Amino acid sequence: MSGRILTFNIFRFDPQDAGDKPKMVKYQLEETSGMTVFIALNKLRQEQDPSLQFDFVCRAGICGSCAMVINGFPTLACRTLTAKYPKGEITLMPLPGFELIGDLSVNTGKFMRELAERLKLWLHPKSDDLNIHRLEDPMDPEEAARLYELERCVECGVCVSACATKQMRDTFVGAVGMMKIARFELDSRDGRSADDFYHVIGNQDGVFGCMTLLGCQDNCPKDLPHMQQIAYLRRKMASTLL
Amino acid sequence: MKLIYTDCLVVGAGLAGLRVAIAAKERGHDTLVLSLIPAKRSHSAAAQGGMQASLGNTVKGLGDNEDVHFQDTVKGSDWGCDQTVARMFAHCAPKAVRELANWGVPWTRVTKGPREVVVNAERITIEEAEAAHGLINARDFGGTKKWRTCYTADGTGHSLLYAVDNKAISLGIPVHERVEALSIIHDGERCHGVVARCLITGELRAYIGKSTTIATGGYGRIYEVSTNAIICEGIGQALALETGVATLGNMEAVQFHPTAIVPVGILTTEGCRGDGGLLRDKDGYRFMPDYEPEKKELASRDVVSRRMTEHMRKGKGVDSPYGPHLWLDITLLGRKHIETNLREVKEICENFLGIDPAKDWIPVRPTQHYSMGGIRTTPTGQSPQLKGLFAVGEAACWDMHGFNRLGGNSLAETVVGGMIIGKYVADFCDDNDLVLDTGLAKRYVDKVRAEIDELIEGKGTENPWELKYAMQRVMMDYVGIFRNGPELDEAVKQLKALLARSVNLGVSCKKRHANPELVEALRVRRMLKVALTVACGAAARTESRGAHAREDFPQRNDKDWLCRTLASWPDANALEPKLSYEPLDVMQMELPPGYRGYGADNAIAHPDTAKREAEIAELLAALGPNASREARQQALMPFELPESLTPANERLADRLNGLVNTETTGSPSMPNIAGDDNS
Repeated sequence: MSGRILTFNIFRFDPQDAGDKPKMVKYQLEETSGMTVFIALNKLRQEQDPSLQFDFVCRAGICGSCAMVINGFPTLACRTLTAKYPKGEITLMPLPGFELIGDLSVNTGKFMRELAERLKLWLHPKSDDLNIHRLEDPMDPEEAARLYELERCVECGVCVSACATKQMRDTFVGAVGMMKIARFELDSRDGRSADDFYHVIGNQDGVFGCMTLLGCQDNCPKDLPHMQQIAYLRRKMASTLL
Repeated sequence: MKLIYTDCLVVGAGLAGLRVAIAAKERGHDTLVLSLIPAKRSHSAAAQGGMQASLGNTVKGLGDNEDVHFQDTVKGSDWGCDQTVARMFAHCAPKAVRELANWGVPWTRVTKGPREVVVNAERITIEEAEAAHGLINARDFGGTKKWRTCYTADGTGHSLLYAVDNKAISLGIPVHERVEALSIIHDGERCHGVVARCLITGELRAYIGKSTTIATGGYGRIYEVSTNAIICEGIGQALALETGVATLGNMEAVQFHPTAIVPVGILTTEGCRGDGGLLRDKDGYRFMPDYEPEKKELASRDVVSRRMTEHMRKGKGVDSPYGPHLWLDITLLGRKHIETNLREVKEICENFLGIDPAKDWIPVRPTQHYSMGGIRTTPTGQSPQLKGLFAVGEAACWDMHGFNRLGGNSLAETVVGGMIIGKYVADFCDDNDLVLDTGLAKRYVDKVRAEIDELIEGKGTENPWELKYAMQRVMMDYVGIFRNGPELDEAVKQLKALLARSVNLGVSCKKRHANPELVEALRVRRMLKVALTVACGAAARTESRGAHAREDFPQRNDKDWLCRTLASWPDANALEPKLSYEPLDVMQMELPPGYRGYGADNAIAHPDTAKREAEIAELLAALGPNASREARQQALMPFELPESLTPANERLADRLNGLVNTETTGSPSMPNIAGDDNS
C-alpha cells in the first residue's frame, strides 16, 4: 500500500439543471495498491460526492463504456492504473464529440446506433437461402482471422473524440465507421460491391474527409490498424472511379 | 403517466434478450427492448472462451453429436437439470452456430493438415481432415468428452453480441437505452409489462406488452468479488420475486470460476486450460492430477474450484495482501498462440497485473462467476405462475444447467435459448390478447413513484452503498464455495437484519433525474431479497450437488433432494422468501442419476433409479440393435421443439459417409461408450 494522496480534478456539469455551469472540482483520495480510475471514482462517489456521474460496465477493458479524457488523453478509465501518474494529479474530462449526459458520462450508445443505421453496418449476406440445418459454408481460416482482427472495436468512442476532422465536421463518420465498413468490405459473405460502399463513404464525410492526423490510431485502446484501413478504403474507393 | 405499448417487450439487451426480440420481430410483432446501457456493452460481450455446439468438424470432435452434448450437460449439472430442456438445447446449438455465421460471426475455422496443440502439458500434433478445411473450429473445455467449444479467439461473446445486435438494428428493433425496469405490472395471473425509469431524465414510464421477457442476466454482484460486470445485480430476478406470485428456481446454485485474477476478480477464460494451460501452487507444483487424475485441470468448474480451495487450505497457496492464490501457467502455449487465441487474456494481464503471460504465471483464485438459478420457467420459457411473463438466458432457470454449468454452455444458452423461446414468445403474441388496463399500470407506476418520493423526501438515514457492501461481505464470507449449516444460518440472520434496515434507506443527493445514489438505493433492497433466496435455499438444502457443496452434508442425496428449489415472496413485508420444492421425475429421465466421474461415488441413490434403468434397457431391447440413435432417443424421452427447429443437424461425417455413423456415437443411455475421453 503506497498510501500517497491523489488529487483528482473532475469536470462537473449537469445539463439538465438549468442553473448549473460547467466547472472543475478537486477531490483527494488515498491511493491503494492496484488502484484504477474505476476504483478511485467509485470510492469518491461513495465517500465524498454521491451525485458524481460516470459510466462503467465490465470494468475489465472489454465493453468500452468508460472512455474519458485522462490528463489530456482519451482512454478507457477502467484499466488505467493511478500508479501511472507519478505526480498523483489526475484530471478527468468527458469525451468530446458526444452528447453530454452529465459530468463524465456521455451518450456514445446513441451515436453508435445512429452510425450503424446510417452506414448499414451489418452483414448483407450474398444469399438469403441459408439453411441452418445443413453443414455451414466453408470460409478461408485466414480470412476469418483477419475479420476478427478488425472486429475487435468496442465502440468506446476514443477514435471519434481524438479526431480533428470530427471536431470540424459533425457528419464525419470517424475511424469507427470506416473500420466497420472495412470489416464488411473484407467479408466474402457480404454481397455489397465496392460501388455500394462508395456511395456510403466515398465523400467528405467518409474516407476523403480524413486529414490523416491519426489521433484514432494513436489512442485506440484496442490497437486497431485504423491508418491501414483508411488507406485501404481510399484505394478501393478511388479504383471504383476508374 | 407515459404509457408505451408494444407486442413483445424485452427487458435486457444482451444476447438472450436480443435473440428473443429478433425472433418476435421476424414474425411481424412490434418489438421493443429496454436496456440499462447500450446493447453492445452488455455482459454477454465479456464471454471469452466460446460456445458449445456438437458440430464435430475437428479431429478431436469426431463422433460428437447431440447425444454426447446432452450427456455432458446432464452430468455437468449433477443431474439437477431439466433433461427435456437439455435435449432441446443440444439439438438446436449447431443451428444457432450456423445461423450466427450467416449473421457475420467470423468463427475461427479449421485449417487442414497437421496442427500442434498442447494436451496434458505435452505438445502433440493432430491432423485435421482435408474435408474439414474452412469449417467452424472447436477448442477443448472442461467437463466435455469432445472438443466442442466454437470460438473467435478469446473474444467470442464480443463477436456474437455485435453480430446479433447488428441483426437487431437491421430489423429496426428499437432499444430504449439507459432505462431501468423497477416493477412488473400484473394482476396476479397475467403479466402486463413493466414500470421503468429513464436513468437520464428520471421519467417513470409504463411499458405494456402482450408478452414481457426478462433477460437481465445473473446476480453475481450480490457477492463482493465476482467476474460479472457491475450491472449484473439480479434486478430481473428481484422483479419476478416482488410480484409475490412468480417463482425463482435453484437460487442457491452459484458457480465459482476457477481462474479469475487476483485481486480484482476479472476472468481469464477456461480456454486457457482448454488450450493446455496448467494450475500450479506456491512451489510451482502442478497439483490437479493428484486430485483428479483423469480430468486434471479440465474437470468441471465446480470441481476444479473446490480442489483449488482445498489445496490452498493445506497451505499451498501463494501469500498475497489479498489472501492466498494459485498460479495459472499458460507460458507453455507459446507467445504466438497467446497473442492470437488468448489476446484478451494477454491484455488483461498487461493492464491489470503488469505481467506478460507468455513469460509469467497469472495469479488466480476461484471467484463468483455464474448464476444457475433464476426466474423459473417451463421449457417454453414462460413463468408457470404468471402468464405472459417469459425469462431467458442467465436471468432464467429454464434449467439446462442444474447445479453446475459447463463452460461454453452459457454463451450457447443465450442464443439457443433465445432462438427457441423467441419462437414461443412469438406464438404467445399470436395467440393471446391483452386487455389494456391503464388503471392497473398507473397503480404500479404510483407505487414506484412513492418509493422514490420516500427515498428523496423521507427521513431515512441508511446509506445504500454501506448496506450493499455489508450484503456482499455476508455472501462472500458465508455463502461461498464450501458451505455449512452454522455459517448459512449466520448469513440468513445478517441478511434479514440488512433487509430490515433497508426500510430506512435515504439519499443525500436529492435530484430526481440522473442520480446515481438513487439508482443504488432502488437496487439494494431488491438485491437483498435476491441474496436471501440464495442464502435460505442453501441453508435448507442439506446435500451437496454441483456447485452447492455442503461440508456438513458431503453426499449428493438423490433420495431426498432430487428436486428443484422454488422461492417466492408472497408477503412483501416478510424478511425471507417462501421455499417449496419441485421434484425431478427419474421415471421421465433419459439419463437416470449416476456417477458423475469425479472423486468417490458417494451419492445416495434415488429409489426409482434402478427401476428406470431396467425400463430403459427394456425399451432399447425392444427397438433392437439396428435402431437409429434418433429412434432410441425418442423412445426414451420424447421432446418438442418449434417445427422450424426440428430438422436433424447435418455433420461432416454424414456427408463423408453418406449416412449417420451410429457405431461411433453410441446409445444415449450408455454414456461411457460415446467416444473417447480426451482428458
